[in-house]
Amino acid sequence: MKSAVLLLPGLNRDRDMIAALTRISGEPPVTVWQTETEIPDVDLIVIPGGFSYGDYLRCGAIAARMPVMEAVRKKAQAGTRILGVCNGFQILVEAGLLPGALMRNASLKFVCREVLLEVVNADTVFTGRYGKGDIIRCPVAHHDGNYFAAPDDLKRLEDRDQVVFRYAKGTNPNGSINDIAGVVNEAGNVLGMMPHPENLIEAAHGGTDGEALFAAALEIAA
Amino acid sequence: MTIQNEIQITPDLVEAHGLKPDEYERILSLIGREPTFTELGIFSAMWNEHCSYKSSKKWLRTLPTDGPQVIQGPGENAGVVDIGDGQCVVFKMESHNHPSYIEPYQGAATGVGGILRDVFTMGARPIAAMNALRFGEPDHPKTHHLVAGVVAGVGGYGNSFGVPTVGGEVEFDARYNGNCLVNAFAAGLANTDAIFYSKAEGIGLPVVYLGAKTGRDGVGGATMASAEFDESIEEKRPTVQVGDPFTEKCLLEACLELMQTGAVIAIQDMGAAGLTCSAVEMGAKGDLGIELDLDKVPVREENMSAYEMMLSESQERMLMVLRPDKEAEAEAIFHKWGLDFAIVGKTTGDLRFRIFHQGDEVANLPIKELGDEAPEYDRPWRETGLYSPLPADQVDEPEDYGAALLSLVGSANNASRRWVFEQYDTLIQGNSLQLPGGDAGVVRVDGHPSKALAFSSDVTPRYCEADPFEGGKQAVAECWRNMTATGAEPLAATDNLNFGNPERPEIMGQLVKAIEGIGEACSALGFPIVSGNVSLYNETNGEAILPTPTIAGVGLIPDWSKMATIGGAKEGDAVILLGGDGTHLGQSAYMRECLGQADGPPPPVDLYVERRNGKVVRSAIRNGQFTACHDISDGGLALCLAEMAIASGKGMQLDIDTEIGPAHAQLFGEDQARYVVTVSPDLANFVCINAEGAGVPFRRLGTIGGDRLTIGGLLSISVEELRGAYESWFPDYMDGTAALAGEG
Repeated sequence: MKSAVLLLPGLNRDRDMIAALTRISGEPPVTVWQTETEIPDVDLIVIPGGFSYGDYLRCGAIAARMPVMEAVRKKAQAGTRILGVCNGFQILVEAGLLPGALMRNASLKFVCREVLLEVVNADTVFTGRYGKGDIIRCPVAHHDGNYFAAPDDLKRLEDRDQVVFRYAKGTNPNGSINDIAGVVNEAGNVLGMMPHPENLIEAAHGGTDGEALFAAALEIAA
Repeated sequence: MTIQNEIQITPDLVEAHGLKPDEYERILSLIGREPTFTELGIFSAMWNEHCSYKSSKKWLRTLPTDGPQVIQGPGENAGVVDIGDGQCVVFKMESHNHPSYIEPYQGAATGVGGILRDVFTMGARPIAAMNALRFGEPDHPKTHHLVAGVVAGVGGYGNSFGVPTVGGEVEFDARYNGNCLVNAFAAGLANTDAIFYSKAEGIGLPVVYLGAKTGRDGVGGATMASAEFDESIEEKRPTVQVGDPFTEKCLLEACLELMQTGAVIAIQDMGAAGLTCSAVEMGAKGDLGIELDLDKVPVREENMSAYEMMLSESQERMLMVLRPDKEAEAEAIFHKWGLDFAIVGKTTGDLRFRIFHQGDEVANLPIKELGDEAPEYDRPWRETGLYSPLPADQVDEPEDYGAALLSLVGSANNASRRWVFEQYDTLIQGNSLQLPGGDAGVVRVDGHPSKALAFSSDVTPRYCEADPFEGGKQAVAECWRNMTATGAEPLAATDNLNFGNPERPEIMGQLVKAIEGIGEACSALGFPIVSGNVSLYNETNGEAILPTPTIAGVGLIPDWSKMATIGGAKEGDAVILLGGDGTHLGQSAYMRECLGQADGPPPPVDLYVERRNGKVVRSAIRNGQFTACHDISDGGLALCLAEMAIASGKGMQLDIDTEIGPAHAQLFGEDQARYVVTVSPDLANFVCINAEGAGVPFRRLGTIGGDRLTIGGLLSISVEELRGAYESWFPDYMDGTAALAGEG
């Protein structure tokens, strides 16, 4: 399956993401620049991490209003798989493609460390290679990953199994409500997550727990 | 409206520019007339200590800067060292001490920004950063605020720019109470056939301004950085620049993209003294004149005078000389990244530095002489008195060895720096193999199947204070040793020399002797200095900092799958001390933390022994013989063992022989050139025989096992208790007064 990576000024884990997708699929992803209004025909669109537009105004707020996001929205509606990691998650939330908000970490500090994630929903196109309840390792690196949703929204998210990953075993690094680390939209084709699976996919990273996410999303033969 | 450029030159004005009367006389005889106000500003920028190295130049020339691996030594934006396969590593360390004390967040952030720019100006993509930070004593009223601000500033800039911070130092001492140190290091990777320099070539070519717009921030910053502090320090806040890592990231991408087009003839970033220094540097190096039209300079404030534009230290700006036929292509790349692009002048053949503003010529100076004729001083210096020898039996033993080790492990200067480095993105780019907390940071060479680079930054200022010569040697040796402990071949180093006021002979003596020690160690270890920075006048109200010559080094690991780590020990492994028993307690962390004393000479460094022991360790690591390796430094053998136990989570059952010397010297002595290694039991004899064959003293201390660190009848502490002490000091200190919301 083919993939594309969005390139916006200020994103900085684009190279990590391109390397991960290339490694796992054997084929480099297409790159899509901020001004483009059409996205080529691909199966997975990834918005990587970083500080798009300097995180000025609000994380992801400027990116969410760029023309290219209109194209992403159309693709999402058409059922294309969309993955937003870290700043990508913030952008998807700001664009209204995912519910909730990402606030400043409760510690008010940037945090980069490895956490544990519980796979809460293994029935998505992104998590099908994990088992429900699996605990996986994954690094985080962010300043604004404190997920919040209003009580009604939160109840709906939980009731419909839209919470995909939770920080496990007391490793919540940012104060997220209900330990939420990643959520999927109702249709199940748009996933946003704060942790960085692309930084844990080979021996050099000290583990490969992130690999299964990309392998599932790209339907790589097991 | 016409902006006023002319101001009467008076002796007071000259003095306010940090120029001494004899230096002003030198200007008058050089140009044969009174300088204009703009020219006075230009001279002040070019001739201050920060830019001209006028007190240190004579001594810096004595440092070894060559070697078969060196592509570019000092004198460019950064040093360049060959790592084979057509690639090179480009690196430098630079201080941002004064700005960080005045405004910690922005001071530290722009320090990181400045050093990253130095690296990518040469065509290298930054791949690693480190920061050596030194603060006053923890309970000094400013320290908490400075630590919080500096660490957030380092992280805020580096994380957003997208470079992993893989190492560094944090130290506390009362002698930094009035003057903290922020030494920022960056390294980048480039192809050896695509390195870019600042030397302009060709007459009549466009001089192009790129990046962010020019404002009034940082006007006079380099002059401020060359003066001592006093109570008026708060008034200097406007001289600190404000950083924008987003613009810098865009500038990086735009510069690297532009460099690939072949358009760039010369490039120089605007750092200290901004437009002035960068333009003079490009012209003088290329034996060319430069003409600038300031009406073309992109500005973000109204009514800026020529003086302000020439001295602004606004960040994220570059100056380039471009091939005229590539102008349009270059402009398109910069506009794509949302950056300013303006042709602001041209190269000329007359060796003059000419500045036009509103149609008037506001400066016309000889460009070569601006740099070359800067004053150079052979300042008087004298050696500091040295301590007489301090035999270990004259140093008190601890009543309780376990308590002594726990207090060392949990002390401000030896406790875990996790609170600091978790605020830095250590993982971005996906190549980090060893994170802060071990001997050196290790980063894989992207795209290469096995190569990696090791980075370490070191100096022991209390040693330098007690004996600047031995302290200088030790800083180099420890840096070299830290890289060796991962299995890396140390390649080259950058030095960041932080001292007090060089006009005082005892301070100048510290600088002279430390440079001598650094030079001797670098020569003996084949570890040349390829770039660096000098920061003088680190004093407040006449009290100088500890002499702090920070050494940051780069080493090459041919096969990272065989590198050693601090925490790799396995159950049942033999624990072996290589390099001899501890005997030397003078200036030790034990004396400082447990006895509250600073006495005796620092441990001497035998460079022959250092090199010999390092070679044996490196070779064993590359042959896969060690499961873990850690150098012995602050806190001696005991702290080394405790750090290894904490990192691996495994206990150790060890013994020392109290017949051979005092137990406290064996456990806490800081004798140099030593390592602790762990080895699988079937290889232990082999490793010992090899060490013996190479003349390296060794001692089998015991085995890995259990959940306690036990040393004979001296101490037995659970690894969990050690970890608790080690991990709690920093968060307790920072949260104790901040009372911020706890984490999730």
